[in-house]
Amino acid sequence: MTTAPVQAAPATVARTARTADRQPGARLVTRDLSACYGGFVAVRDVNLVIEPRAVTALIGPSGCGKSTVLRTLNRMHEVAPGAGVSGSVHLNGQDLYAPEVDPVNVRRTVGMVFQRPNPFPTMSVYENVVAGLRLGGTRRRRREHDDVVEEALRGAHLWHEVKDRLRRPGASLSGGQQQRLCIARAIAVRPAVLLMDEPCSALDPISTLAIEQLLASLRTDYTIVIVTHNMQQAARVSDTTAFFNVTEPGGPGRLVETGPTARMFTAPADPATADYLGGRFG
Amino acid sequence: MSRVETYATAALVEDALRGQRLPGWAAPAAAGLAVMTALLLAVATPVDGVAGTAVVAVLLFVGLQTAWSVRVEGRRHAVDRLATTAVHAAFLAAVLPLLSVLVTLIAKGIRAMSGEFLTTSMRGVSPTSAGGGLYHALIGTLEQVGIAVLLAIPLGVLAAIYLVEYGQHAGHRGFARAVGFVVDVMTGVPSVVVGLFVYTALVLTLGLGRSGLAASVALTILMLPMVVRSCEEMLRVVPDELREASYALGVPRWRTIVRVVVPTAMGGIVTGAMLAVARAAGETAPLLLTTFLSKSVNADPTNGPQAALPTFLWDQIASSTPASVDRAWGAALVLVLVVTALYLTARILARTTGVKR
Ligand SMILES: Nc1ncnc2c1ncn2[C@@H]1O[C@H](COP(=O)(O)OP(=O)(O)O)[C@@H](O)[C@H]1O
Ligand SMILES: [Mg+2]
Repeated sequence: MTTAPVQAAPATVARTARTADRQPGARLVTRDLSACYGGFVAVRDVNLVIEPRAVTALIGPSGCGKSTVLRTLNRMHEVAPGAGVSGSVHLNGQDLYAPEVDPVNVRRTVGMVFQRPNPFPTMSVYENVVAGLRLGGTRRRRREHDDVVEEALRGAHLWHEVKDRLRRPGASLSGGQQQRLCIARAIAVRPAVLLMDEPCSALDPISTLAIEQLLASLRTDYTIVIVTHNMQQAARVSDTTAFFNVTEPGGPGRLVETGPTARMFTAPADPATADYLGGRFG
Repeated sequence: MSRVETYATAALVEDALRGQRLPGWAAPAAAGLAVMTALLLAVATPVDGVAGTAVVAVLLFVGLQTAWSVRVEGRRHAVDRLATTAVHAAFLAAVLPLLSVLVTLIAKGIRAMSGEFLTTSMRGVSPTSAGGGLYHALIGTLEQVGIAVLLAIPLGVLAAIYLVEYGQHAGHRGFARAVGFVVDVMTGVPSVVVGLFVYTALVLTLGLGRSGLAASVALTILMLPMVVRSCEEMLRVVPDELREASYALGVPRWRTIVRVVVPTAMGGIVTGAMLAVARAAGETAPLLLTTFLSKSVNADPTNGPQAALPTFLWDQIASSTPASVDRAWGAALVLVLVVTALYLTARILARTTGVKR
């Protein structure tokens, strides 16, 4: 399992993900990426470059395929029955969809945080954080786990709030704390990329602020892709923005344009982007 | 002038918000009146007996309360009271027989209880005389049900896992449907028929002879569909979000099932499995066919007839002497206690793995 292809081939990713300085970071490149559910093509021909150590925001109206694209980046898309993918996603030159690549290893390298906080209800705060390590089969000593838990919880800006109740059920935390617990759980397995699907849409403004601050600090270590329906949030947290849209009704979503966030919000190239960012639809 | 207006408006608002309600003593008063009238009717008319009087009292109470409520509070509150009364009555109708069974069981079963009853067999004790005990039957039931649990629960849980976690996927659908169909058919097979099947297949054809093991196989077949169906339902209500959260951490599917899905459903799985155990522990007909009866202790489930609590009970009732009927009640009480103890143990074990609160 340790000699699995995806970690063996882009050796840089596997190694740098575990060391303090993460040169050169993880770059994701999609080429003609299309994804379908059964016969329905949800997104078509997405060509997107996701730079390392930066936050890339995926925005666009509901149903344009943002979540679908995100889930193709760590091969979670194929979990849905009948789901299919064509095209390619390269992580530092390694095609994640190459036949010899094990999706389990892809997901260890590309972590994910979901829209609704979903801590494991059978586990304590502590157990939730180390769930990826324990369940993934990495055997470590207690001490090492203790260190991982503290580091991940500090990384998720949650340590001070929960350090006295690590043995309490993970589900006993507030919604915002649960979401940060899920982020801690994701970074505890030391991925190179962090995918977040509307991580704040189920949270109150204070918790949203906490997560946005967290993003700013995670940005220096991880490649982050965040889906958000909140344009102000995209403007605040992201370096690059990618705008998706459905052009014909019932048709597939497409990547309309992508660029530095500042330029996208001030001088978008496509009129549809300008209309969406200007609040004229979506 | 304006002050009067204000008062008038305030009164109106109060009326609109509050409305008229029946006082708190109305329901007890109606109940008392209904009971007294029912008692009078019981004395004065041919309708008597406890059940008849109770039914009359309930009907009178419902009529009285509804009429009174309609007049004072209006239709909506009257219907509300009617529905509340119906729910309470349904609750009592469900619980009273259960309580009655329990009380009777304890009252009659306790008479047979003694150290001797729990520690000796019926060897050399005639059905008509007092004394003897159910030790041999207790050993038999614990062994037969124990083996059946070891066979049926792992098999049933694995089948349910297959149906829920793999059965949806292309390539598994046909087989999963076939498994589901067989499980449904098994649910409908009467226990005597299962006993006959094991008797002909194992005892006669394979020449196993009557034994506790043959009985365990029959009990396994009876428990299996219940375990599969209840476990399946519990696994289906585990949210997909939890499976996805686990996959997204790079946890393989089988580890996700064993470490996330099954523990989350553990409480329900245990309850379902224990219902199956309770049913199996009380089965009589298949035991008579597969292991028959024994008056003495046989601790070896692979060899020769073994006693069991249900067959012991059946045998003692069939003798129908005062001493044997007492022993039968004692056996019934012990059977219920054994099932309860198993259930409590399982719940406590499930606590350590299940959902944290
Ligand atoms: N599991 C699924 N099965 C079938 N269709 C789906 C599924 N998930 C999403 N879709 C469809 O795919 C399209 C894109 O969905 P999604 O990626 O969730 O959009 P977004 O996240 O941008 O709102 C939508 O038309 C949606 O109805
Ligand atoms: Mg979405």
